[in-house]
Amino acid sequence: MSKEIIKIEDLKREFTMGNETVHALRGISFSINEGEFVTIMGSSGSGKSTLLNILGCLDQPTSGTYDIDGLAVRNLSKNELATIRNEKIGFIFQSYNLLARTSALENVELPLLYNSKVSTEERKERAIKALEMVGLGDRMDHTPSQLSGGQQQRVAIARSLVNNPVLILADEATGNLDTRTSYEIMSLFQELNEKGITIAFVTHEPDIATFSNRTIVLKDGNIIKDYLNKEIQSAATELALLPVEDH
Amino acid sequence: MRLLNLIKIAFKAIILNKVRTLLTMLGIIIGVASVIAMLAIGEGSKESIRNTISSMGSNMITVRPGEDDRGPARGSGGDVQTLTLKDYEVIKEKTTLLSYITPVVNGGGQVINGSNNWPSTIYGVNPEYLNIKVVGLQSGSMFTDAEVQSASKVVLLGQTVVDNVFPDGEDPVGKMIRFNSIPFKVIGVLEEKGENTFGQDQDDVVIAPFTTVQKRILAIDYLNQIMASAVSEDDAPEAVTQVSEILRTQHKLTANEDDDFTVRSMEELISTFSSTSEMLTILLVAVAGISLLIGGIGIMNIMYVSVKERTKEIGLRMAVGGKGSDILMQFLIEAILISITGGILGVTLGLGSTIFIEKFLHWPTSVALYSIIISFAVCAVTGIFFGWYPARKAAALDPITALRYE
Repeated sequence: MSKEIIKIEDLKREFTMGNETVHALRGISFSINEGEFVTIMGSSGSGKSTLLNILGCLDQPTSGTYDIDGLAVRNLSKNELATIRNEKIGFIFQSYNLLARTSALENVELPLLYNSKVSTEERKERAIKALEMVGLGDRMDHTPSQLSGGQQQRVAIARSLVNNPVLILADEATGNLDTRTSYEIMSLFQELNEKGITIAFVTHEPDIATFSNRTIVLKDGNIIKDYLNKEIQSAATELALLPVEDH
Repeated sequence: MRLLNLIKIAFKAIILNKVRTLLTMLGIIIGVASVIAMLAIGEGSKESIRNTISSMGSNMITVRPGEDDRGPARGSGGDVQTLTLKDYEVIKEKTTLLSYITPVVNGGGQVINGSNNWPSTIYGVNPEYLNIKVVGLQSGSMFTDAEVQSASKVVLLGQTVVDNVFPDGEDPVGKMIRFNSIPFKVIGVLEEKGENTFGQDQDDVVIAPFTTVQKRILAIDYLNQIMASAVSEDDAPEAVTQVSEILRTQHKLTANEDDDFTVRSMEELISTFSSTSEMLTILLVAVAGISLLIGGIGIMNIMYVSVKERTKEIGLRMAVGGKGSDILMQFLIEAILISITGGILGVTLGLGSTIFIEKFLHWPTSVALYSIIISFAVCAVTGIFFGWYPARKAAALDPITALRYE
């Protein structure tokens, strides 16, 4: 059996809103193994954003345990959490979150700026490699405003790859993109997954889930479904089947 | 290494907002430049007062008749006739702290040489006068004690007088002139001293033996002044006390009677004028300091805007591993960079305007090193002080909220 990247047991998260306690997660357990491509689905209010924040070490659970890459996250200080985010996790957001007026290369370099073990030369080298992996080797000097939405998301993906994370967390990464570009991005995710990168992809679009090998469905803070995909669609094939756009 | 990265990040943020940063800096630039220029002007005028007073003889002590604080309606001290030759002789005999002393009588009159004439002041003194006033001879020689004894009709002329009554440039030494229709033989010309700080022409003088001036010109038997020179500058205050005591005894003043004379040292004069210019300097620096404070508030304001505007960026930086301390340092460094750069530009501008003031307005200036160091230090402190709160605010942001901020 391959290595467990994520191990969650009886995870609960409660928020206090005035006098009311909101149970965002009501004691969920699951594991994600190395090399899996998991989509986490659920309608709004299902707790998937809360789960994502905890998985991303941006938030701490109220109770239960969370191990990432063998490390227990609970009871870690803010600074220790920051180090985990820096070294083990790659984030991809719906709205790309690139730094404006900053070149693609510098955007990709960003996580490594906070890692004092990486030298300036190595930082640049790794950023170039990451950009080449997402097919933007020729756009390194472009700023976000000079790039299309799909290209901006590719830069964000390169940024998430640059620190060689054990897990990539994508939050509605295709939410701002049209179908064609979404499929392009999903095809890129599939390529990366084939190279052995573990991906957790939060979405509410069912067709996106068909590209992953496992789907976890949340509802009202509980896991209602957790199944392996028997027929994984190839995003590249789906892309080829799309009608040619009129220009 | 990490600090270097943070400096790079902060520098980048500044570069991305050139105009805004420059405008923010302007407050600091103007503040620092004005502090430096104001201090340079203040120091310069103080120095120039000190220099001119020193050139008049920094050890000099003057004794004038009458009280210094007489009201305006009671006439100036010079009109009072309480100072006599006897006083001079007693001081000369009893003093231990004076190296030179001379009686002084003076009066105005017309210097005439043929068809040229010039209104000037004649000073009746003894030969020690030159040592007291620290003035040399350009040509000729000083009169002797014997000439004082005999009330000889000899004079020495200041350069302004020479220029006006000998306009052809001929050597006045050995020539005869008349002062108020009394003929005098010119035996020397005084070295040029120029104007003093108070705009008085120090070369518009005629020097003669005091006996001659007393008897032949003014027909008086009292003295207008006694001038003396203390053994050293440090001894001047004590010499003033000593002379006062001698004179009080000589004038038979009882303990509760006020002095009927005034003794002053140059040092007092210097401090009187210095304190005026010092007061002015303090005022100028206060105004400049206020503008520096406003500059600091400007930095704080723009840093707050910057933090607000970059909330999402801060969230992202935290998400990819930036610690609270990294974010704090980034914004703090940004504020310090703004204020230090402003400080450097301000110092440059301050020095530039000082040179301009000196060259084109001909005001005396003197840039003190401490003014540069102080304003620079104030800049750094301003950056830290006014940058701290916005930076703290940025560091305290919750990454989840910051990432969602629109």
